[in-house]
Amino acid sequence: MQIDVQTVNIEQKNQTFSHLKKRFGDKKIPSRYQEASYDLQAEENLHYRPTWAPEQELYDPNLSKIRMNDWYDLKDPRQFYYSTYTLNRAKQQETMESNFKTVESLNLIEGMPDPVLAVAQDLLIPLRHANYAANMNNTLVCGYGYGTVFTQPCVYHAMDNLGIAQYLSRLGLMIGDVESLEAAKQDWMDSDAWQPLRRSLEDLMCVRDPVEVFIKQNFVLDGLLYPLVYQRIVDQNLVEQGGSGISILTQFMTNWYLESKRWVDSVIKTMASESAENKAVLEEWIDSAANHFTSVLLPVAGLAVAGNQADELVSEAHDELLQRAKKAGLFK
Amino acid sequence: MDIKKTPKKLNVKEKYRLMTRDLAWEPSYRDEKEIYPYVDYEGIKVHDWSKWEDPFRLTMDAYWKYQAEKERKYYAIIDAHAQNNGHLNVTDARYLTAIKLFLQSISPGEYASHRGFARVGREFAGVGPQVACQMQSIDEIRHAQTQVHAMSNYNKFYNGFKDFANQRDRIWYTSVARSFFDDAMSAGPFEFLIAIGFSFEYVLTNLLFVPFMSGAAYNGDMATCTFGFSAQSDEARHMTLGLECIKFMLEQDPDNIPIVQKWIDKWFWRGCRLLTLVAAMMDYMLPKRVMSWREAWNIYGVENGNALFRDLARYGIKPPMHWDDVEKSIDHTSHQIMLGLYQWKFGTAFHSWTPTASDIEWLKEKYPTTFEKYYLPRWEYAIAQKENGGEYNNFGLPKLCQTCQLPCLFTEPDDPTQLAHRETEYEGEKYHFCSDGCQHVFEQEPEKYVQAWLPMPSMMQEPLKGDLAAWMEWASLEPTAAGEYASSEDKANFEKWRKQVSTD
Ligand SMILES: [Fe+2]
Ligand SMILES: [Fe+2]
Repeated sequence: MQIDVQTVNIEQKNQTFSHLKKRFGDKKIPSRYQEASYDLQAEENLHYRPTWAPEQELYDPNLSKIRMNDWYDLKDPRQFYYSTYTLNRAKQQETMESNFKTVESLNLIEGMPDPVLAVAQDLLIPLRHANYAANMNNTLVCGYGYGTVFTQPCVYHAMDNLGIAQYLSRLGLMIGDVESLEAAKQDWMDSDAWQPLRRSLEDLMCVRDPVEVFIKQNFVLDGLLYPLVYQRIVDQNLVEQGGSGISILTQFMTNWYLESKRWVDSVIKTMASESAENKAVLEEWIDSAANHFTSVLLPVAGLAVAGNQADELVSEAHDELLQRAKKAGLFK
Repeated sequence: MDIKKTPKKLNVKEKYRLMTRDLAWEPSYRDEKEIYPYVDYEGIKVHDWSKWEDPFRLTMDAYWKYQAEKERKYYAIIDAHAQNNGHLNVTDARYLTAIKLFLQSISPGEYASHRGFARVGREFAGVGPQVACQMQSIDEIRHAQTQVHAMSNYNKFYNGFKDFANQRDRIWYTSVARSFFDDAMSAGPFEFLIAIGFSFEYVLTNLLFVPFMSGAAYNGDMATCTFGFSAQSDEARHMTLGLECIKFMLEQDPDNIPIVQKWIDKWFWRGCRLLTLVAAMMDYMLPKRVMSWREAWNIYGVENGNALFRDLARYGIKPPMHWDDVEKSIDHTSHQIMLGLYQWKFGTAFHSWTPTASDIEWLKEKYPTTFEKYYLPRWEYAIAQKENGGEYNNFGLPKLCQTCQLPCLFTEPDDPTQLAHRETEYEGEKYHFCSDGCQHVFEQEPEKYVQAWLPMPSMMQEPLKGDLAAWMEWASLEPTAAGEYASSEDKANFEKWRKQVSTD
């Protein structure tokens, strides 16, 4: 029976679920982000220890050196849950789709100077392998991290990295067909410029502390790489040399970095303000990884610009990263 | 390399290979074993990860686009449902028992699948299964969230919804589903895929989702049935993934066959025990019935199962070990479970009731060989007690099965008048089981199942020490959400609001 119930005014019993009331009171109706994120992970009475590592709990906050009294403090300022995440990305992919069409229909690739295309090939296409590593690393954080508000954005971030690798692959196919991808993989595997980065990523894929992986991948490496490659080399150098077509096709990466660093910074800030111990651990990770990745990225920048300019660009990116760390409450 | 070469048209398979498979590389600075430490210990041998056939070929841009379209539609419908007091369109408030049970038991399982698939999406050493599992991981968090959002509006008006998070970890019957998913997650990556990807998604999912979603549609619950439709295309992808992973394991090495067989035996039984709750839902909780549990089993269990295991026979896989016991139990389990829930209704976060005269006619017709003979007399006894002003309650706490965690209330496969009860002694302790199937699962891995958290014994320990009222409070078991439907606030409110509507 379909009845007309629109007009009835009935009083509500509960404003919200009890676990949200406990966290946020019941003066305000909780947002869909809150409903979708808080306390979804099992907390208590976990039945069995993992057979792969019986010393661990099934969900185990002690897998990390970072300690939180409440892991649900690490909320995502973007308030991404599945729906808002996919709606945002769907909009961005529409823009990217029309960007690819524009570049194609205006023959922007054909019209591009050879040195610009060479940089795109040598610098950008091999990065798709780095994005694959970032995809794996974020998947690990999602799988083994603690508390949904911390782990949920990591699965989105993992899929974003896969998406970026796929956009780079399409760019490669446009500029040099399958051979572009083959040459880039060859470089990734063998060329001197890429070996330090490949080695560092293989090392990072052996790390099992979910927060350490999060910090080194999402804050340090990406925090150096995206400003260096996309903001400086692509959007400035290449554009000046007639490579706006490339910049159009990497627009997703530029915007994605700006958007997601808000989340990464906020997580770090919250962790750092929790305790002096956390702060010390974060500083140690960031300090060593920032120095390390800066030197790793130097030969990569050298693929696009002359040696002394590469130095300059990389150290600018390094300074910028340390500024972010300071803003998050570290190193002071 | 020839830059600016006009690109060839690539076919979908080749393009997808380049977009995923080709992204990974063979590590040379570190050993694969360091990157994938858990891929060997179960004994599954994989010689060539590239033999994995991608079950679906979805690049991220296409994924975002399709999924966003579904999300937009889904939320438009549940927004309208909330705005228009759609909850008053359900047949009657008895129906809500089904979705309370769903939110308390199954939605946390969706979440566990999300985390489990993220783990295996990291642990497999091949990029094909990695990406496929990651996509299922992100789909599963979608399912958990859309379910919570659909129930959120019901929670505003009815009891039994608001404490689902605490109840997931503390109620005696939610530990049936919790222990099932914890069991899968604490297993290795290959067993997890057989447990969730194959047994649950491929063999059993139709038995869960079809009844639930058509039950929702029949009973006017637009929110839940919209969720079901929206998740359908995700489920289709998950089913192909489940089938692909079993074929992959079987084709990689003949030594894998006995291991996989052992897992199929275990997870089929575990899954069927979990589904007894769905059986009770179908036969007792839907005011308007879709089909009986027996009918659903014949279609989705027997027909689909036979076809599947005929197909797998060429690998040397046999139908699950306890198949015959399940078949023999089908005409009994829903009645046994519902009688159990009814007698322990003081300790549930949903309402139960005795079947009405028309319910009884339907049950007689659907279960001609069992209902009238074995179960009607017990229902009549309960009804008579009520009519005499009493109540049919059992304040004795049920003995729970160490494996499936359901109360030991099932009967012997060949004698429905005999309660089945099995015991195994392990390291000087006695453990109890509801069946041969559960005992068998335990005996394969006793060191795992002795760890099970059993809610009943915990009540006897510190700090509750047998205090029933304290235990109920601890598990958020509120009297208003429990007990007989006829005297419930849910019923009274629902009828009051409905009346208000018809007089307005
Ligand atoms: Fe699901
Ligand atoms: Fe059992």
